[in-house]
Amino acid sequence: MNPIENLSLRSISVWKRNRDVFFRTWKTNFVPSFLEPVLYLLAMGMGFGVLISEDLRLHDIFVSYIEFLAPGLVAISIMYGAFFECTYGSFVRMHYQKTFDAMIATPLSIEDVIVGEILWGATKSFLNATIVLIVISLFGLTNLPGLIFVPFIAFLGGLMFASIAMLFTSITPNMDSFNWPFFLLITPMFLFSGTFFPMYVLPEWGQLIALALPLTHCSVLVRDLCFNYFDLADVGALIYIAMLTVVAFFASIHLMKKRLIN
Amino acid sequence: MGSVIVAKDLVKKFDEFVAVDRIAFAIEEGECFGFLGPNGAGKSTTMKMIHCASPITSGQLSVLGMDVKERPRDIKNLIGVAPQDNNLDPDFTVHKNLTVYARYFNIDAKVAKKRADDLLEFMQLTEKRDVNVENISGGMKRRLIIARALMNEPKVLILDEPTTGLDPQARHLIWERIRELRRKGVTVLLTTHYMDEAEKLCERLVIMDKGKIVIEGRPADLIRDVIGSEVVEMDEPTDEMEAFVRSKGWDHERTIDRLLIYAACCDDIVLIMKERFGLVTTTIRKATLEDVFLKLTGRKLIE
Repeated sequence: MNPIENLSLRSISVWKRNRDVFFRTWKTNFVPSFLEPVLYLLAMGMGFGVLISEDLRLHDIFVSYIEFLAPGLVAISIMYGAFFECTYGSFVRMHYQKTFDAMIATPLSIEDVIVGEILWGATKSFLNATIVLIVISLFGLTNLPGLIFVPFIAFLGGLMFASIAMLFTSITPNMDSFNWPFFLLITPMFLFSGTFFPMYVLPEWGQLIALALPLTHCSVLVRDLCFNYFDLADVGALIYIAMLTVVAFFASIHLMKKRLIN
Repeated sequence: MGSVIVAKDLVKKFDEFVAVDRIAFAIEEGECFGFLGPNGAGKSTTMKMIHCASPITSGQLSVLGMDVKERPRDIKNLIGVAPQDNNLDPDFTVHKNLTVYARYFNIDAKVAKKRADDLLEFMQLTEKRDVNVENISGGMKRRLIIARALMNEPKVLILDEPTTGLDPQARHLIWERIRELRRKGVTVLLTTHYMDEAEKLCERLVIMDKGKIVIEGRPADLIRDVIGSEVVEMDEPTDEMEAFVRSKGWDHERTIDRLLIYAACCDDIVLIMKERFGLVTTTIRKATLEDVFLKLTGRKLIE
């Protein structure tokens, strides 16, 4: 049986519904995602970074700590954008607002609804990451033309994190249970995915674990692009993101159908 | 006129629990058809199977000539659903709720806008057009849910307990609108706990209990066949009274504080009872659908 035989372009109307809600309150939605990276840059870069006198190695060049950190903030915003949206956001719509029930009484299928949600989650990553990218660019921490490709990476990475998030949403018994994936997966990724320090400072086993984490591949891609690099490791990162997205996507559709169709 | 919804041997199981147990019915085009029954009788489950939200376990179910298993999208395109639970979109205004919903049907934005305004007028909600749905009353929310169900100009309208918890004014408005829709040829499926509502609105209805259809027919026929035309109610009945009524062969029922006698003509009964037992407080009233319902589904509270 084809797991996505019931998928159609109508999923765009689900995406549009979420977009309309988002832009209805765009001020409260945009200001934090704009100010947060500024705070991080100030605290981590200019405060904490001052203590780090040594430059960090990146391929064949050496960069200051704040230059290293900035692309990491973009990668983090990719992860949080989609993950928050497709865990807490989707769960509220599914469980409390019964929005999904209303949707599947129309010609929309459950597959359409889930795909619309995932597309919207990826869009949140795209928007958040683009804002952070603009901020760090204003600080002169990116390079043309590489930075132009970063929003595209943000959307791809967003699809991956949205699909993973939807997987948790499909099995979570209640809203509080989202603490588990956040505590066991998101926070470790936030800290150990080449975001705040280069992976080469970790012991070998630590590097191997970091390489298994989804966010590592986003931060590798974003940082390389911000410094106009692109090599085999980046191709590998893209393949990793594509494969994990496909697996998580099909698994989440399967489990969501199990949860919602009865 | 043909049947728009036909069910044969329809079964719905949740694991081992049989929610709908081999039921059959045929709903004609343009009629208002009622599903009555106590909580857990299988009414809402049947509705959900009709609007393809819940897959059928076995049997056959076709809507507007299409099999629910084969063409759910086409079926859902042609029916309107007003669910029991409020699932309006709390993030939007009254009007926006309708236009966003229309988008799920791929209805052109301009058409949707106009239709939304017309339907708000129809359901007397025009004044609240730009108010957030969180800030309107429960009765208005129910009306908006019905308006929303009409956005795709459905051939079949499913109303799951449309007037539960509403004040009399709101109920009457909804009844009026349902009759108006029927005049326009819309087939209406209605579930309700209010017998007066079913009696007033439904041409035909079924009473369900424990997943089965107990009886089917026109409200007036059901009352006449199951109960008779009138009911004598007697307060504070005694065992002798009940024994006497039984010996007379009268159709009756004893509740905690009442003895009910179902009959075609009651004056004689009252006279005989008064003669035999002295002063008995009696009421003669017309038999209602509620009598039919309680007689068939029992008087015990269903948890």
